[in-house]
Amino acid sequence: MGKKILTVDDSASMRRMVLFTLGSAGYEVVQTCDGVEALEWAQKSAVDLVLTDVHMPRMDGITLVRELRALTHYKFVPMLILTTESSVEKKMDGKRAGATGWLVKPFNPPQLLATVARVI
Amino acid sequence: MSTAISASGADKSATETSAQYLTFMLAGEEYGVDILRVQEIKGWDKVTRIPHTPDYVLGVINLRGAVVPILDLRRRFGLEAIDFGPTTVVIVMRVGSGRDERTVGVVVDAVSEVYNVEAADTKPPPDVCGSIDTVFVKALATLEEKMLILLDIDRLIANSITDEPVPGVAAA
Amino acid sequence: MTLDLEMAEIAKVFFQESREGLDVMESGLLTLGAGADAESINTIFRAAHSIKGGSATFGFAEVAGFTHGVETLLDEMRNGVRPVTAEAIQILLQSCDCLREMIAATEAELPLDQGRIASLNSDIAHILGERPQAAPAPVAPAAAPPAAPPDATAEAGGTPSSGAQGWLITFEPVADLLRLRNEPTRMFTELARLGAVVARADTSRVPLLDALDPESCYLSWNLEVSGPISRAKIEEIFDWVESQWRAEPMSVEKSSAVAQPHLGPAPEARPVSAERGPAPAAPTAQKAADSGSIRVATEKLDNIINLVGELLITQSMLCGFADGIDPNELDRLRQGLSQLARNTRELQESVMQIRMLPISFAFNRFPRIVHDLSRKLNKKVELKLTGENTELDKTVLEKISDPLVHLVRNALDHGLETPDRRSASGKHETGSIELGAFHEGGNIIIEVRDDGAGLNKAKILQKARERGLVAPDQDLTDEQIDNLIFMPGFSTADQVSDVSGRGVGMDVVRRNINDLGGHVQISSKEGQGSTIRIRLPLTLAILDGQLVRVGKEIYIISLLAIVETIQVSKDRLNTLVGRTEVFRLRDEYLPVVRLCDQFGVEPDSRRAEDGLLVVIEADGKRAGVLVDDLLAQQQVVIKSLESNFKPVVAIAGATILGDGTVALIIDVPDLIRSVRKLGSGAVTAHAA
Repeated sequence: MGKKILTVDDSASMRRMVLFTLGSAGYEVVQTCDGVEALEWAQKSAVDLVLTDVHMPRMDGITLVRELRALTHYKFVPMLILTTESSVEKKMDGKRAGATGWLVKPFNPPQLLATVARVI
Repeated sequence: MSTAISASGADKSATETSAQYLTFMLAGEEYGVDILRVQEIKGWDKVTRIPHTPDYVLGVINLRGAVVPILDLRRRFGLEAIDFGPTTVVIVMRVGSGRDERTVGVVVDAVSEVYNVEAADTKPPPDVCGSIDTVFVKALATLEEKMLILLDIDRLIANSITDEPVPGVAAA
Repeated sequence: MTLDLEMAEIAKVFFQESREGLDVMESGLLTLGAGADAESINTIFRAAHSIKGGSATFGFAEVAGFTHGVETLLDEMRNGVRPVTAEAIQILLQSCDCLREMIAATEAELPLDQGRIASLNSDIAHILGERPQAAPAPVAPAAAPPAAPPDATAEAGGTPSSGAQGWLITFEPVADLLRLRNEPTRMFTELARLGAVVARADTSRVPLLDALDPESCYLSWNLEVSGPISRAKIEEIFDWVESQWRAEPMSVEKSSAVAQPHLGPAPEARPVSAERGPAPAAPTAQKAADSGSIRVATEKLDNIINLVGELLITQSMLCGFADGIDPNELDRLRQGLSQLARNTRELQESVMQIRMLPISFAFNRFPRIVHDLSRKLNKKVELKLTGENTELDKTVLEKISDPLVHLVRNALDHGLETPDRRSASGKHETGSIELGAFHEGGNIIIEVRDDGAGLNKAKILQKARERGLVAPDQDLTDEQIDNLIFMPGFSTADQVSDVSGRGVGMDVVRRNINDLGGHVQISSKEGQGSTIRIRLPLTLAILDGQLVRVGKEIYIISLLAIVETIQVSKDRLNTLVGRTEVFRLRDEYLPVVRLCDQFGVEPDSRRAEDGLLVVIEADGKRAGVLVDDLLAQQQVVIKSLESNFKPVVAIAGATILGDGTVALIIDVPDLIRSVRKLGSGAVTAHAA
């Protein structure tokens, strides 16, 4: 498909699962471990979708979305946050920060692909 | 001198019902071991003895940096021991599997051939069979009018080297 | 790789990650005092959150369920809703233990300890103020579809409400809709899959071109979708634009009418750029302490070490060749060889470095152990760790861990006094235990220091005399008396506490340390405390050895174990009871081991005065080893024999010499043990 996705998650197992799922579906996946790393990388590169966890050290996912929206080349990039079903405020915080939507944890590979397909 | 063995070389390659064996002579009998286990064939060289091991454990050698034990099959089978000389041969094999995998060398009188043995030509050993323990014999094969004794080399080595109480040496 | 296989592989990563996360939680909880700062609690929370998410994702529902309660408690704490109490911390620590077990059991596919889980669950629930539930808080496993948004609408749920002919949807998006990429066309297309859709756009708010912000959305829509559709399905499509839409069930009468669009107050345009979060933490140079490191499988390392060993041997071989060569070439060859030697040495050092790990890996257990033990014994302790970054070989590290635990527990149990006794003797109520490590020479020194009661020398000496370990008239220095506690079966504890008085004891600790090629001793001042000093070699795989020859065989003795080598004079060699030979060395009698008899080799000569006596020492004990000749000293790479043989008496391993032959390495402690128990000469049985 040729589309590029930036993923941000401090959990190695989640990163791997996302990489495998999206990679097998033909997406190009760039992985980072936290918001700071992702933001640094994003300064110089563009993607077709950002997928970020919320709870991470140094910079959380909501802040990351907000910071990315401030970059010109990320103004219109779809962004999804990974949130747990019980966390309503995170979803709202995410929307306010500029996220397109969210994906509820836990999710399985088909759900991930379906949700990504909605926005990419 | 050392020759590596590749798995081809016999008349036909192994199929579903057959397997390839490297055969060797030991006190007039011809024995076979699974060719896939054979790593190389060496001439006899100096060994370093290990104290308090059974007499058929001759010691260890340096095989390209690895310390490999050498067993004397004649002594192991209780046969008359002979002197080693320039024609003495050591077959180096990889036996066991997984964590128990080990490399071992066995001294034999001479190496014969690589044969393809059809399962149909083999039968299980009878309860009493000559001078060796039939536990180590997988099967007897008839090939061109001669009898090959096919050895269960994994079992033979496992039994010979570790854990089995060894007569003549008190338990540690 | 199929999905299942890959998920199984990733689950392994998850297990490892969880273990690390639990370590983070534990050490975080231990440092959490009353004045806990938000960031510390946050770190602990994140670790729990990660474990919960991962376990649910990979299908470990019970782990997820249990972690949910832990996470909830931590969430309340970090939000300030719930105070951080010692009781809560204790329960959380126990939960960490429980989770560790659960993870281990899950990984090994063994059953979980349901009783413990239930008990902790009810403790957690109790704190959270809820009534304890029979089942852990449910967490939907990953297979379930994403939950419907907890909207206040009455018809949330899977059943179609009345008016199941369809829905009238009013969609009034915010201006940001398009910017945030919530595409209306996509949503409508998804809607169209549910039923026939009639859509009418309301363009009334679209401004004139010069006032138009191309990035904003000024449209709203009325949509009719017909068919037996549940509200939940509509909610799914519009889930990301909650509060921007509403729907009424459509009845037959209304189906053709178009409801007037509800023109409420214009939704505020909320340009995202106006909101700015706090400045991001400074990126770049200050990377986290352990980024820039990778994991290496131990087998790979061992392989590299083997290769380095072979390199050493090759180099050694080449040096041997140098002798028979044309003198003109000799110089260049020598230069080349010395360069090779240098390169090899450097390579060897950097490779050995890879196996080195900081001792913090061993020290890290102690805050928890000390915390739990001090509570159990009702003693106040402060634990200090120094030199955690001191590095040592991975295997030495692994093997020293348990002995250290024993020593620390001992110090806490027998060394430190109760707070009352301490106050009574003018000490601070809180005792201190210090664990420190540093490098000295080619070794690592580990010290366990306590400021407790110290050793009761009189009692120890008496006990030793009672046991016949010390002759009644024998005079010992203070230090010698202190170190009597390392003798087997020695425990002067008045009550054998289940913590450390079991007599498993100090002698086992010393033996373990000796087996590592190390040395331990204690020094103590009554009333003030004790210091235990452990000396360990930095690495196990390479040994500085002395080559000795007996007949045609060559053996290696570790240089560290050799005290001296002397010529034997017949008048100093005596035979006791016809069997044991002893040699008088100045003021002590050394049992003598004839290697020819020990290993069954033919020596050059059986006359002791023709050979040499190598005095070896281990475990505080000495012996003399009779050999034919001393050869070179060299560094040898130890090759294990274990994979091939069951342990051989007095042989520690093998090595390959420069000429390619295999030489056996003598296990000095083992050799001394065997000879001091049974007499020298042929070893008939080795009592383990």
